[in-house]
Amino acid sequence: MSELKSWKEIPMGGVIEEAGNADQYTTGGWRTFKPVLDENKCIHCLICWISCPDSAIIVKDEKMTGFNYKHCKGCGACADVCPKKVQAITMAQEGK
Amino acid sequence: MNKEDKGERMGQKVAMTGNIAVANAMRQINPDVCAAYPITPSTEIMQQFSSFVADGEVKTVLVPAESEHSAMSACIGAAAAGGRVMTATSSQGLALMWEMLFIAAGNRLPIVLAMANRALSAPINIHGDTSDAMGARDSGWIQLFSENAQEAYDNVIQAVRISEHMDVRLPVMVGMDGFIISHSIESMELLDDKVVRDFIGEYIPNRPLLDVDNPMTYGPLDLQDYYIEHKRQEYEAMKNAKPVILEIAERFGKISGRQYGLFEAYRLDDAEVAVVVLNSAAGTVKAVVDELRVKGIKAGLLKPRVFRPFPADEIAQALSGLKAVCVMDRADGVNGLSGPLFSEFRSALYDAGARPLMINKIFGLGGRDLGLQHVRDVFHELLKISETGKIETLAEYMTVRN
Repeated sequence: MSELKSWKEIPMGGVIEEAGNADQYTTGGWRTFKPVLDENKCIHCLICWISCPDSAIIVKDEKMTGFNYKHCKGCGACADVCPKKVQAITMAQEGK
Repeated sequence: MNKEDKGERMGQKVAMTGNIAVANAMRQINPDVCAAYPITPSTEIMQQFSSFVADGEVKTVLVPAESEHSAMSACIGAAAAGGRVMTATSSQGLALMWEMLFIAAGNRLPIVLAMANRALSAPINIHGDTSDAMGARDSGWIQLFSENAQEAYDNVIQAVRISEHMDVRLPVMVGMDGFIISHSIESMELLDDKVVRDFIGEYIPNRPLLDVDNPMTYGPLDLQDYYIEHKRQEYEAMKNAKPVILEIAERFGKISGRQYGLFEAYRLDDAEVAVVVLNSAAGTVKAVVDELRVKGIKAGLLKPRVFRPFPADEIAQALSGLKAVCVMDRADGVNGLSGPLFSEFRSALYDAGARPLMINKIFGLGGRDLGLQHVRDVFHELLKISETGKIETLAEYMTVRN
């Protein structure tokens, strides 16, 4: 999040003038558990990418490569949808 | 309907009910969208206006909503989209809009609402008092009140300019007493259609949603980091409204010859005792003030026109130096003490140099008549208080069977 502004500097009525600026609002600090990827197990089915509510699954060349921890809230949806036979994503407690 | 009702004798005196006068103001304003739901006694406003729509006299999109909550929601959407938006309601209808009133104000949308003031249930009652308006007094809407059909018409036209002013951008509700004004035919003057249209001017929306080249978000979540900054802006807008209302009143005076301020001070300059009262009851009080003046009694009236923003400094200045003042509330806040007008007027006088003694009467609820004798009794009580310097009863009901 950029520097907080005074009431005189912001658009009236709480209007957000810039489309798609949720990207600037980092929600990683909300996390209690963080997803951890085991690259050896991942089959790149990308079900986690479809399921992530924060678009925090990083995909390069159609391969799952990790997490955007600036936006990942640690909801665990990715670990939950990761196929049972694969289990490439596990949730680990933050700070441990 | 005949030509006279349509206001074709423009600039001339016509005979109209308050509702038809307001509907004609709306016809002349020609808003982009009106969303409404019928409720007595304001129904006739939209009924008449829907005839204007059907007859092609306005280009307004009329949205007959399934409730007042939906009507106000549609008004909010249309205003955010960039339209000039109006509606009308009363009593339970305004109460049902309550949630959305705050959203209209918080989103800083210039919507004008014509309000035929009516008592709130229960017990169910369709007649005039201001309990509906008082329930919405802290919603962030500007509130204007009207003694008669002429003032309701004039206030609605001015409300458009006030709400759309860039220093304000707040919705405005314009009150008049249900039935007493909304349904009584009075002599009044309609302005020329073109004069009204030139006065309100072309509407320039601020950040309209329909500006698809500049997409933006209305009504997003606002937590501890910004909510209070946006409320602080709203507070500033309400403060700004006071000079804007006066500036627009002055311009309106030039096209109509009728002068408006924050309140009407009737024979108040040298008054020793005075009554404060909203809406049509002010007419009754004026008659008694004139009668007492003939007898040499220095009586006066302060009739608030603008209740939100609350012009505390100007009120304190106007009432400072008087011996005794009675604030008459046609609504009870049911706080077990006094009516809502009294609380604010007494607070406004706290810092006044020469504070008058003040009492409160709650009167006329549910349309109960206020007669001349009732007002005479109030003034006699004020004279007694100013002689003795003692208040026997701070606040009480009157026009009630004890």
